[in-house]
Amino acid sequence: MPDFGYTITKDRQLDHDHGDFRYISLVRSFEPSLDLCIGCGSCSASCSAAGFTDFNIRKLHTIIRRGEVESVKTELKKCMFCGKCQLVCPRGVNLRNLIMAMNRAIELLG
Amino acid sequence: MGKSVIVIGGGIAGMTAAGMLARQGYEVTLLEKENETGGHVAHWDRLFPDRRKASEVLEFTGEGMKDVHVARGISISRITRQNNEFTVTCGMQDAGSVMKSHFTANALIVATGFDLFEARRKEEYGYGIYNNVITSADLEVKFKSGKGILTAEGKIPKRIGIIHCVGSRDEKVGNLYCSKVCCVTGVKQAIELKEMYPGSVVFSFYMDLRMYDRNFEELYYEAQQKWGISFIRGRLSECAENPDGSIVIRTEDTLTGKPLKMTVDLLVLLVGFVPAAGTASVAGMIGLKTGTDGFVNPADSHIQNNLSGIPGVFLTGAVKGPVSVTEAIADARAAAALTSEYLTASIEEHA
Repeated sequence: MPDFGYTITKDRQLDHDHGDFRYISLVRSFEPSLDLCIGCGSCSASCSAAGFTDFNIRKLHTIIRRGEVESVKTELKKCMFCGKCQLVCPRGVNLRNLIMAMNRAIELLG
Repeated sequence: MGKSVIVIGGGIAGMTAAGMLARQGYEVTLLEKENETGGHVAHWDRLFPDRRKASEVLEFTGEGMKDVHVARGISISRITRQNNEFTVTCGMQDAGSVMKSHFTANALIVATGFDLFEARRKEEYGYGIYNNVITSADLEVKFKSGKGILTAEGKIPKRIGIIHCVGSRDEKVGNLYCSKVCCVTGVKQAIELKEMYPGSVVFSFYMDLRMYDRNFEELYYEAQQKWGISFIRGRLSECAENPDGSIVIRTEDTLTGKPLKMTVDLLVLLVGFVPAAGTASVAGMIGLKTGTDGFVNPADSHIQNNLSGIPGVFLTGAVKGPVSVTEAIADARAAAALTSEYLTASIEEHA
């Protein structure tokens, strides 16, 4: 059969009913302060890595909470652990440990 | 003293103002359209931010108005002002028949309050169409009944969605304003649902959370830390019903920049304030000025917030726009104080 080049595009919507929430439950057990996030963006605004790449820590930990992990796996490697995000967080989220926790969860669950 | 006051509206603001003036010795008549006083607070279970019982506040306010003459089941047909005396002409339900009645007084307090936004107007949210879509007011009635919150199918809701800003901040329904108390009500109700069903998950969909008053932000913090409520920033676009009665909601998770789909067993719509149906007619009879939002404008928004601009006519409570119970009570006391000041001064001076 000739290849007409048609493909099925994957829906980019977050399907919360079929999300993978194993990662977030692990992350939450390692660093419960994540729940206090109010999405203000102070962490990503102060981020050293975000100055040079499209790394967005605020988005990454939100995506993982919505049951998606694939994009997070590679993105997380851009963090340099400078800890500025943690210094500015108005809700006291322990961001450095949160990033460690996300890395650990990905390591454990694949 | 022999001076008299008519308070129009027997919600928490009207009751507070009436009681305070009666305790100062004025002859006070409270006109209420319903058969009971108490307004919206009478249908509410618990109040934010400390979740104290609404009935306690109502009881306290009711006790304070023992000397108030309360006329229930009133519909006002005419208000006239002559020589600093107001005459309110009413139809009154009495044993099934409507009889005409007149009340006269030296001052008027307008406390006609608000109505809840009619959620059916946001048709895409499915209220009145899908059985598992209810309003925040319906939820309070269910809380008050003490019977538990079940889905239309009689099951414990495992996943509950709470939608902020229904009928508020929405040009599509003609309401640009923020109803201001729904945010904290949503947080309160999320906690109460989680407390009732610890095994269920509660999601709150918001544009921004306006925790404007003391202890509100702390309640939000508690909702996140202690109760694990998930707050997702995004306004509900539309919902649909599954064959099993559950509701599919579609929103954008604006913090990840992605559209989001989710199924919930119960959807709660946080309905906002609209001017009470009676406000426009009462305002028309007296000559009060209303804003484009339909709420009554005070003479000055900062320093004459309880004055109407018409001598002897005072304003209090949600007739001027959304207020919390706490604010309505404080505002009613201010209105009563100014009414008293007006009545003790020479009436001619104000003519």
